[in-house]
Amino acid sequence: MIGADFVPFALTPLLIGCLASVACALPGNFLVLRRQALIGDAISHVVLPGIVVAFLITGTISTWPMLIGSAGAALVAVAMIEGIRRFGRIEPGAAMGVTFTALFAAGVLLLEQSDTSGVHLDVEHALFGNLESLIWLDAIGWSSLADPQALAGLPPEIFRLAIVTALIGLGLMVFWRPLAISTFDEGFAETLGLPVRAIGLGLVIASAIAAVAAFDAVGSIIVIAMFICPPAAARLMTNRLGAQVLWSVAFALASAISGFVLAAYGPLWLGAQNAVSAAGMIGTVSGVFLALAALFGPTRR
Amino acid sequence: MLFEALTFQLGYNATLVTIGAVLLGLAAGVTGTFLFLRKRALVSDAIAHATLPGVGLAFIALTLLGFDGRNLPALLIGSALSAILGLFAVQWLTARTRLSEDAAIGAVLSVFFSFGIVLLTVIQTMETGGQAGLEGFLLGSTAGMLFADAALIAAGGAIVVALVFLFRRPMTLVSFDPGFAATSGTSLNRIDLVIMGLVMGVTVVGLKIVGLILIVALLIIPPVTARFWSDRAEHVVIFAGIFGALSAWIGAALSASAPDLPTGPLIVLVSFALFALSMIFAPGRGLLASAYRHRWFQRGVHIRQGLLALAQGQPIYEPLTLRLLSRAGLARADGVATESGKARAARALRDEKRWEVARATPDLELAAARYDGLTRIEDVLTPDQIAEIDARIGGPEAVA
Repeated sequence: MIGADFVPFALTPLLIGCLASVACALPGNFLVLRRQALIGDAISHVVLPGIVVAFLITGTISTWPMLIGSAGAALVAVAMIEGIRRFGRIEPGAAMGVTFTALFAAGVLLLEQSDTSGVHLDVEHALFGNLESLIWLDAIGWSSLADPQALAGLPPEIFRLAIVTALIGLGLMVFWRPLAISTFDEGFAETLGLPVRAIGLGLVIASAIAAVAAFDAVGSIIVIAMFICPPAAARLMTNRLGAQVLWSVAFALASAISGFVLAAYGPLWLGAQNAVSAAGMIGTVSGVFLALAALFGPTRR
Repeated sequence: MLFEALTFQLGYNATLVTIGAVLLGLAAGVTGTFLFLRKRALVSDAIAHATLPGVGLAFIALTLLGFDGRNLPALLIGSALSAILGLFAVQWLTARTRLSEDAAIGAVLSVFFSFGIVLLTVIQTMETGGQAGLEGFLLGSTAGMLFADAALIAAGGAIVVALVFLFRRPMTLVSFDPGFAATSGTSLNRIDLVIMGLVMGVTVVGLKIVGLILIVALLIIPPVTARFWSDRAEHVVIFAGIFGALSAWIGAALSASAPDLPTGPLIVLVSFALFALSMIFAPGRGLLASAYRHRWFQRGVHIRQGLLALAQGQPIYEPLTLRLLSRAGLARADGVATESGKARAARALRDEKRWEVARATPDLELAAARYDGLTRIEDVLTPDQIAEIDARIGGPEAVA
């Protein structure tokens, strides 16, 4: 499989898959511990109307309008959940359910009603992403990694995701202690004078940024799966938070790499001609890892 | 077009689909209320997403065996089987590992859905797969449905409604008072299983109409909407059924009335519109009613405080108080009390004094806790008790 085609056709989607997985798995650790795992699910549904509205306003599917649109949709969703919860006196889970289904439905309806035949924007794309199409056509082989001209032709998603992943990793390191304390013992964190609400909000914002950046490249399935499966599997492997985060990164990378390889080359090994959905396979493999951890993980109970 | 669709005049199939949708909405609203009260609303999201691999596998199996892969009954059976597996996975992860239920839900829904997508791409590359139309199961598609399929969906909806009706008593009991249900001999586990079975039924029937991504909305939004209209359990259940049926009816009709209007999202959006209207306009718990109550209370407190100030000869500085008093004809714009204002002020002062005494009397302490600056003491204490208080503070005094 490491043939001449590997660098132009497989290296960049593989890297993007890895970066997206890690970017989502990192905040996912804290979401799982705080029992907010479904926030990732909600965010990735809500992004769709934001992207559609951005497309309707600008008429293109370029990066920045999409990012701003989806971030705006995430804000609208948070405001709606908060408003329904507070003014309607509805419990948070139900408020979330009402909000994300309604916004997603609105996004689908807008999409079906508008003319998107000229661009690559449809519901399937939003769900499954198009990891396979993020290829690096300027590359001719491994030597291209040292060729500035070829490097300029890298898909822009790779830089965006690299920056977001680095920012999230950095943020985790800087806010590690307050984040850990407020996750495990909110009362204690409050007596220490930590801004507990701001920390919680910051975590949700970081998750939203990860989801929005990853969503554009890989679709919402990977986003939801990576928010939950690697951290959940990691939680069954260790009792220490630091080790858990490292385990989750390892699971995320393993899922991304083996999922991508299985999707691209697995069918060929079985004698079929066409590859299957890489995003779907990455999510499936992350579930296999979680199942193994749930059966054999040292701290599974 | 819309009118014809609403009145079931758009041909036999569209009518059957709409009837199926209405039954589905009814069943989903009622079942969703029980689910909501058992605090397991989002489990249904995992169940719904878990149907996709079953649909895919059923299609592949049928095609490999030489049948038409689009056989709806077989696809629905496949979806039910994999939904059961998904539900089992959620229960197992929650019970046997340290993971909380929300993580289990998220994991199951994303992994099953991912695997379903893999199967969909496999199907697309199969010879007969190109026109499989399985994407219709994601967001629902009722256009061009076969008569047999429409009849199946209508019949399925009717069966789920009948089952809901059959099990309504034990489900109500378990949802509203699990402790009492357990002591009176109802098996919680068995009824929970019934509720989950009905959720499964709603999901499978709804696959073709609403689609698996949005079916959870039909189980969540109508119960939440119904909650605005009543505090009584049995009424909430009925209202939820009505709202569910209404959204499905209007949504399905709108979708049939024009091209490019997918059924699932429209039903969900109608349902959300009903929710938003209820949140604003419902009597009692609605926003307008709350705002009105708030204003009414504010006005009462201002007038009361203004009257007390008049009674004690103090000037009124607060412009709102002055405005309210003069509008009620109790004071002139310059803050001087009118005749009726003087009478009301005297009464307010006396009421206040009575409360003061009541608060200081140990026997009346409980009743005195109801003081909020508006409640008249006559509404809380008996005439005898008031007479006793009056004996201690003397007769009424006129306001100068």
